[in-house]
Amino acid sequence: MTGSMRTIAMFAVVAILIIGTGILQSWNSALLILNMGLISAVMALGVNLQWGFAGLFNVGVMGFVALGGLATVLVAMPPAPGAWAPGGAWRIIAALIMGAATIWATIMVHRRMAKGRARALVTLGLLVGGFIVYRMIFDGGVAFVESINPAASGNIGGLNPGGENYRDYGWMTLIAWPVGGLLAAGAAWIIGKTALGLRSDYLAIATLGIAEIILAVMKNEDWLARGVKNVIGLPRPVPYEVDLQNDPGFVERVQAWGGDPVTASSIYVKLEYAFLFAVVLVLILILAQLALNSPWGRMMRAIRDNEVAAEAMGKDVTARHLQIFILGSAVCGVAGAMMTTLDGQLVPTTYQPLRFTFLVWVMVIVGGSGNNLGAVLGGFIIWFFWVQVEPLGLLLMEVVTAPLSEGSALKSHLIDSAAHMRLFTMGLILLLVLRFSPRGLLPGK
Amino acid sequence: MDFLNAIVALSNFVLVPGIAYGSQLALGALGVTLIYGILRFSNFAHGDTMAFGTMSVILVMWLFQSWGISFGPLPTALLALPFGMLGCMALLLATDKMVYQFYRDQKAKPVILVIVSMGVMFVLNGLVRFIIGPGEQRFSDGERFIISARNFKELTGLQEGLAIKTTQGITVITAVIVVAALFWFLNRTRTGKSMRAYSDNEDLALLSGINPDRVVMVTWLIVAGLATIAGVLYGLDKSFKPFTYFQLLLPIFASAIVGGLGNPLGAIAGGFVIAFSEVFITYAWKKVLGYMMPESLEPSGLVQLLSTDYKFAVSFVILLIVLLFKPTGLFKGKAV
Repeated sequence: MTGSMRTIAMFAVVAILIIGTGILQSWNSALLILNMGLISAVMALGVNLQWGFAGLFNVGVMGFVALGGLATVLVAMPPAPGAWAPGGAWRIIAALIMGAATIWATIMVHRRMAKGRARALVTLGLLVGGFIVYRMIFDGGVAFVESINPAASGNIGGLNPGGENYRDYGWMTLIAWPVGGLLAAGAAWIIGKTALGLRSDYLAIATLGIAEIILAVMKNEDWLARGVKNVIGLPRPVPYEVDLQNDPGFVERVQAWGGDPVTASSIYVKLEYAFLFAVVLVLILILAQLALNSPWGRMMRAIRDNEVAAEAMGKDVTARHLQIFILGSAVCGVAGAMMTTLDGQLVPTTYQPLRFTFLVWVMVIVGGSGNNLGAVLGGFIIWFFWVQVEPLGLLLMEVVTAPLSEGSALKSHLIDSAAHMRLFTMGLILLLVLRFSPRGLLPGK
Repeated sequence: MDFLNAIVALSNFVLVPGIAYGSQLALGALGVTLIYGILRFSNFAHGDTMAFGTMSVILVMWLFQSWGISFGPLPTALLALPFGMLGCMALLLATDKMVYQFYRDQKAKPVILVIVSMGVMFVLNGLVRFIIGPGEQRFSDGERFIISARNFKELTGLQEGLAIKTTQGITVITAVIVVAALFWFLNRTRTGKSMRAYSDNEDLALLSGINPDRVVMVTWLIVAGLATIAGVLYGLDKSFKPFTYFQLLLPIFASAIVGGLGNPLGAIAGGFVIAFSEVFITYAWKKVLGYMMPESLEPSGLVQLLSTDYKFAVSFVILLIVLLFKPTGLFKGKAV
């Protein structure tokens, strides 16, 4: 009973923090924190599935989040005019299929042929030959696609059926969320197949690496989602503020309440986002809770606590690990797609490992690993501090430097550096929690 | 003549940068591997430790420069290096006392220590950005080239030039000295031997009266020195930027794992394997092939296997291949 009281009290604190922001700063920023808090909570749930349930150390969260964002572009944007002509996007797809087939053939050869010089030669020949053919097909297709209107497009676009009026098909972004999960799951399958049988540190390095590679692909393959030229103006599942302000019905209702239509429209849009995100969060939370308390969840915890014993009982540890690794990564992918939808744009350079991998880890550890509600709580609280530490740090610095003379070099340096207080504070919070409350704010059972 | 030109072009663009980068990675990987061998966890804060050490060197160097001290043709940073190392040593000893010791006494699982090192990474990252800012710092002064491309061409009459930067020369010489000193220490001195004994079998080492606190302390001191040297050499050769140093974590870990975690010799080999595969695969081979092949066969494209932006992918793929076929690394590492 005390456990559930603690949970309620903790979530009440979160509510007070967000409502306090609304009263003291503005409701717009409070809702912004709420929305990103909801998304962070989904990410934390994904990591908690892997770490809390199965003890898998995944530090590639950023990559899966970025894949979710990529899915939003590939689903919700309209196909680029001209790119799907013969010799364009289809050629790229053919090249990718050919590349995958080469790798598959190599694996098959490696498995089927007897060990020896013949196998090594065939493997090498397949890889080198496959790579040359792949580049020959691929490069032509890329050159074709990227030459079409490079200033505004130059990529293959997505699946939105609307064409010019793609913004009317905002619900396509909702389809992108599960697709983002699928994309992340696919990447997780590839990583898991290769790295899961190995030691935990190796999995950590492997995931760290794959996240960097996913990012490198997204930054450099302009045909995919315009690379560092960014994709802007994604459609959205909620109405636009401008349309609301021009809607006489909406303006009338707001004025009846005595509000300002401009502020009200932006708050209304954010509330609708919050509703959509909350639905996803609650859905995933319920599923995760059901899973945790099912026989499957018990098996997972048994594997986490003692792999050898679980294996002796006939459980296939590697297969179960692969399963939960894919599930957790898919949840992160969904969160990534949601975040890109909220931003309305895909900017690959904003994906930083400290922000998208390690911060999510801080959320899970602080919230309480192994406890789904704890992960959600950690998502909200840490996100709140992440946003608010900057103004607080600035305030602190101004107080500290008050005795210094105006225009002194040290004073301006300290005030300019206040922005970097964030990372420092997050590290400090993580270290303090690990030391004094290692099971987090809401310990798992 | 064409053959000589090809060799010179190859040295200029592949061999010389590869050797310099490999030495830097090897020094970084030595630090990671020592911590893994003796403290038994993967230290995620290593990149930021390198950044902190380099930052202290830069700060001392600025002080020296303001006093008008310089090192002639060599970078002033080398003069400041010992002081920066002291700063980094103080930092690591302090983090060990305040953070890691608690978990060591509790005999926490290695993965907990990895998460703790993640926290340290955040703090150090914030600290470095707080003190010196997130921007790029170029701090190499003195003579730029040992031999410049133009001088080389005049000297030999070849079409291709070979440029060796002072920083590249310094990197290789320093790395050789540091590695020799480290191996002498590990193999010949009493403390070094006790460190190896502790790494091989903790219980037996404790039984034979080795003081674990001393071993741990010496390890941190050595790691601080190695990290600072590696960071300064990398920074002199390229430039210092906190985020780049954080990203160095990946190739450094790849080097340590490819060589075999916990094995110092492996770390050095791994550093060069990773560095050369990165340079080989991202280099545009058109020029070299152009000299080597008859005119009719000259390649039309750049013959670049992957664009330079994918260098992380290269170290990662090498890592995966080694892990799949030889999970303990090229040289036998340890598995905890």
